[in-house]
Order: sequence, then C-alpha cells, then structure tokens
Amino acid sequence: MYKPNAQPEITFSRPADSVLRVRLAGDWRLDTAIPSSDEVTRQVGSDPMVRSLSFDTAGLGSWDSALLIFLTKVFAFCTEKDISTGEEDLPQGIQRLLDLSSAEHQRKGIVREKGRRSFFVRAADMAFDFMRASREMLAFLGEAFLALGRLLTGKATFRHSDLFTIIQDTGAQSLPIVSLISALVGLILAFVAAIQLRLFGAQIYVADVVGIGMVRVMGAIMTGIIMAGRTGASFAAQLGTMQVNEEIDALKTLGISPMEFLVLPRMLALVLMMPLLCLYADLMGVLGGMFVSVTMLDIGFLEYFNQTKTALTLTHLSIGLFHSAVFGVLVAMSGCLRGMQCGRSASAVGYATTSAVVTGIVSIVVATAIITFSCEVLGI
Amino acid sequence: MEQKKDFQKEVKIKVRNLDMGYGSFVLMQNLNFTIDKGDVFIIMGGSGCGKSTLLKVLVGLLRPLGGQVLYDGINFWEAEPTDRDRIMQRFGILYQSGALWSSMTLAENVALPLEQYTALSEDNIAELVSLKLALVGLGGFEEFYPSEISGGMKKRAALARAMALDPDILFFDEPSAGLDPVSARLLDDLIIELSESLGTTIVAVTHELPSIFAIGTNSIFLDAETKTMIASGDPKRLLAESKDPKVVAFLTRGRK
Repeated sequence: MYKPNAQPEITFSRPADSVLRVRLAGDWRLDTAIPSSDEVTRQVGSDPMVRSLSFDTAGLGSWDSALLIFLTKVFAFCTEKDISTGEEDLPQGIQRLLDLSSAEHQRKGIVREKGRRSFFVRAADMAFDFMRASREMLAFLGEAFLALGRLLTGKATFRHSDLFTIIQDTGAQSLPIVSLISALVGLILAFVAAIQLRLFGAQIYVADVVGIGMVRVMGAIMTGIIMAGRTGASFAAQLGTMQVNEEIDALKTLGISPMEFLVLPRMLALVLMMPLLCLYADLMGVLGGMFVSVTMLDIGFLEYFNQTKTALTLTHLSIGLFHSAVFGVLVAMSGCLRGMQCGRSASAVGYATTSAVVTGIVSIVVATAIITFSCEVLGI
Repeated sequence: MEQKKDFQKEVKIKVRNLDMGYGSFVLMQNLNFTIDKGDVFIIMGGSGCGKSTLLKVLVGLLRPLGGQVLYDGINFWEAEPTDRDRIMQRFGILYQSGALWSSMTLAENVALPLEQYTALSEDNIAELVSLKLALVGLGGFEEFYPSEISGGMKKRAALARAMALDPDILFFDEPSAGLDPVSARLLDDLIIELSESLGTTIVAVTHELPSIFAIGTNSIFLDAETKTMIASGDPKRLLAESKDPKVVAFLTRGRK
C-alpha cells in the first residue's frame, strides 16, 4: 500500500524463473535520494535466466523526472541485453512520457560535426576567415564610396531627420565627456612638461607643449578614442540589433540600400562633427594646461595666452583637423562595418560592439602613425 | 494507475479584484478568477487587451495596480522576497520568442535552472537535460546553439528549459504562435501530456482557436473596451452557451 512521503525504494521478487518483478514504492522525486538503477541491472545481469522484467507500482506515490531517468537507464540496459522491459505494468502517464522521449520521437536529419580538427585544418580555416574578412571590409569600403558618390549626385535615399538626430547625438551630446577628458589631458600634459622644463627655468614653454601637443594631435586622438568608445560602439549595437530583428532585411527587400539609409547618415554625421569636437577638445586642453600653469607654475594668464598664440600656427591646426576628419571616417566605418556584419544573436551584438571599438582605436593609432610620419617626410 | 494527486502539493491560484496597467494607465480592472491544480487555463482576448500583461503580473514581472494574486493562499505581491522566490521556483515559463540564452548550448540552457536550484550532481543534471530535451523531441541536439536551430525547435527547447525543474505551474505566452499547424498540434499534445501525466497546472495566453479548444479546460475572456473579463469557464462550453456577442465572435472567428 502507498504511504504518503515515504522514501523511494525497490524490492525484487521472482514470480517465475524467467521473470524479475521490481516493486517500486514511495515518492520518487528529484529532491529525495532515489535508488540507483545499478541495483536492477545487477539483479538482471547476475542471472542469465531472467528474460523479462515486470513492475509492481501499487506502492508508488508521487513521481517526477527522477523516476523517468531511473527507468530510462534500466530500459536501456534491458534493450542491450535483449530482455523484455515490462513497460506495460507502469502507470499510463509514465508510459506516455517514456514513449515521448524514445528514439522514434526525436527529430532527425541534422548531424553535428564532432571531434577535434587538426592544427593545419584550423590554421587554413583561420587564413580563409582572414581573407573573407578582408574581402568583406574592402567590399564595405567600396559600397560606402559608391553611396557617397550617390549622395554627391543627389541620388542617395536617407531620411534627413535621421541625419540631424545622429548629428545631435554624436555632436552636442558628446560635449560633456569630451570636455572632461580633454581638460584632464591638457592638465596632465602641463604637469609632465613642467617637471622637465622647471629644471631649466623654462616653465613658460609649458604653453608651447600643451598648445602644440593638443592642437596638432592629442585633441584629435582623444576625441577619436572617445568617439570610438561612445559613438562607434553605439553604431555597431544599433545596426547589430537591427540585423537581429531583421530590420535590415526589411530595408533590402524594399529595395532601399542599407548602405545609404543607415551607414551614410552615420558617416556624414561623424565626419562633420569630429573636426568641431576636435576644435572644442583643443580649447579645453589648452584651458586645462593654463589652469595648471596659472595656479601652480606662477605663469600669468596673459603671458600663457600670448605664448600659446605665438607657438600655434595654422599648419598645426590644419593637421589636427585633418587627423580628426580621418578619425571620423575610421570610427564611423568600423562601427557601421561591425554592425552590418553582426550575426543574429545577443552575443553577436556584444561581439560586434567590442569589435567596433577595438577596430576603431587600432585604426586611429595606425592612422596617426601614418599621418605623423607623412608630415615628417613632407616637413610640415 | 495515475498519480495520487491528493499527496502532492496542491497548487491553486486565486486572483482577487486585480487591477493592472502601466503607471496611471489602467489596462484591466476587477479581475477575479481561480485556477485549480491540473487545469489548463487559457487567457483569451483580442490583440492588445492585456493578456500578456496579466501573465507578467501572475509570474511576478509586473506589480499590479491593485488587488491580490494568491498562490496556495499566499498573497504573492505582499509576500517576503524569500517567499516570493520560493513561489517563483515552482514556475516554468515559456516566453513567446523562446528567450533561450543565445550564448549557451541547448544543454546549458536547460541545465542552468537545475544547477541553480537543485543539489544534483553533474552526471544527474546531464541525464536530466537529455531526458527533458528528448521529451520535446530534441534528443541529440544538446550541443547545438539556439542560432543553429529552427523557430519551432527553439520553442521546444525553451519548453524543455521551462520544464527543467518539474514545475508545478507552467506559463505559456502564445505557445503556438509562429509554428506550422503540425508543430502547433504536436506542442498542444505535449502540453496535454504534461498536464495529465505530471499533474502540471498550465496557464496559457493564446488566441489560436484550435489550441484553445484542444487543450483548454478553463478560461477567461478579457475585453479591452470594458477593461475587464466578460466571460469565464471551459472554452468548449463558452462556445456552446455564451450569449455575449464579443465572446461568440472571438470563438467563431466572427462567423456568427
């Protein structure tokens, strides 16, 4: 008879020589310690006379997946030994669930590749992946230029309100973070320069170091890096999520080029805003340097201002602005490229975002090296 | 022999004077109904009437504006957080999109609740995971990622995850939406099987008529216009006996 909340147990009897009767009793639930299926398989395995199992479930109380797992293992052993399982003695609910989980109800036709691939196969795969990625990047660049061409001929389709929203997001809304970082960079430059220049009594040249350093390259680099982390990442996440939601497919099937509709306004916005942000960053950097010089190095406000004015030339400013325009293109391209390449899952969006930031920052540093070297060669 | 239901935990959900909505916007008010253990309870209603919102209130994702949701007499929204967690551990939820975690394999998706809430060994968890996936017809798909399988298979895998802890109550949000008729029918059969074999209480939001009549044993009908429920009971009985023109139009696809 069934007793409520009884421990699960199994007992065996032999109604006939060829039959092993298994009596299941108690509550078989996941939160209780259930008997091991080994007890049954041992009984069956130790006597070759046993050709079939039968079950007595009169004492069986409540059950869940714990009992199903136990029975699945017993039946797998019996099938292997060609012993009849006696499934028909079990409660109907258990029979139905066991039937559902049986092999004939499983979806077939898809086989997963298993096993480790050799080093050479992996290396070749990596090389092919690299080639494919390079080709995709070039194709993206090409399409971006074509879209730009269509913009210049007035044929590009995108919503102008989108362009202004993106301009606001990348421009005005970036001002607080750009202010903070640039002012601090100016401040740090001034401190570092002061340590050396003080030795020669040449503190006034802190203005030259900060002015030229910020305007020629640091303002652009810092703005570029901030934009890669802020805007490039946001572009990749936006486009990636659109890819996941099939919004980009919807554009394509409508005959609207995602390159023109989504990528072009983002690139335009960033290329227009980057030089302006860079100018602003230059000013904040110079102010940061001025703060250190005036408060700690005993240099007068006007003195610092005049020294900066003398040190800076239009060439420095143009080189700085050229840097920032190039960085604008690079950050927008890497953000949009990774977003458009994004897979169709949440983790793919995360990967696209990370990859956009990494690509953006790496390309900024590489571009700076190239521009700086070119200026050196050209003597400007 | 069926399970001895009287010795299992009796699950009874009572909803009393429930008002729900977002902020000051009231979506539904004065909802009163009871869901008994073993019921397949259908929440019906037109699009946008608040079916999914009601499900969110029932599973603890959205606080109601007023009223009570009682699980075995415990007022869910007034209960201590630990009691609320304990009640929620008895839930299994199948979301409309499946909501499988995309960075995990199907096996890892199903294993996570087991790792979190049971003291089972790794081997036992692996066996359970295989069993659950086999129950929904996905035996052998343990190492696949959600992005590698079809929409219908995702829904089945999500059902395997929802069933991982052998929940007392399974909530379904549009279980057969987006499935072909055959897959939808198979899912309905599976729901009936779970309800009958394991005694699981099922609460489903759906407006798929074949599913409603195939699986529902009890239901409520929400009406967006009057902002409350206008009918309740066995859907088949509602179809035969209801005089309310909205209910009749819904259950007959507007043909009467």
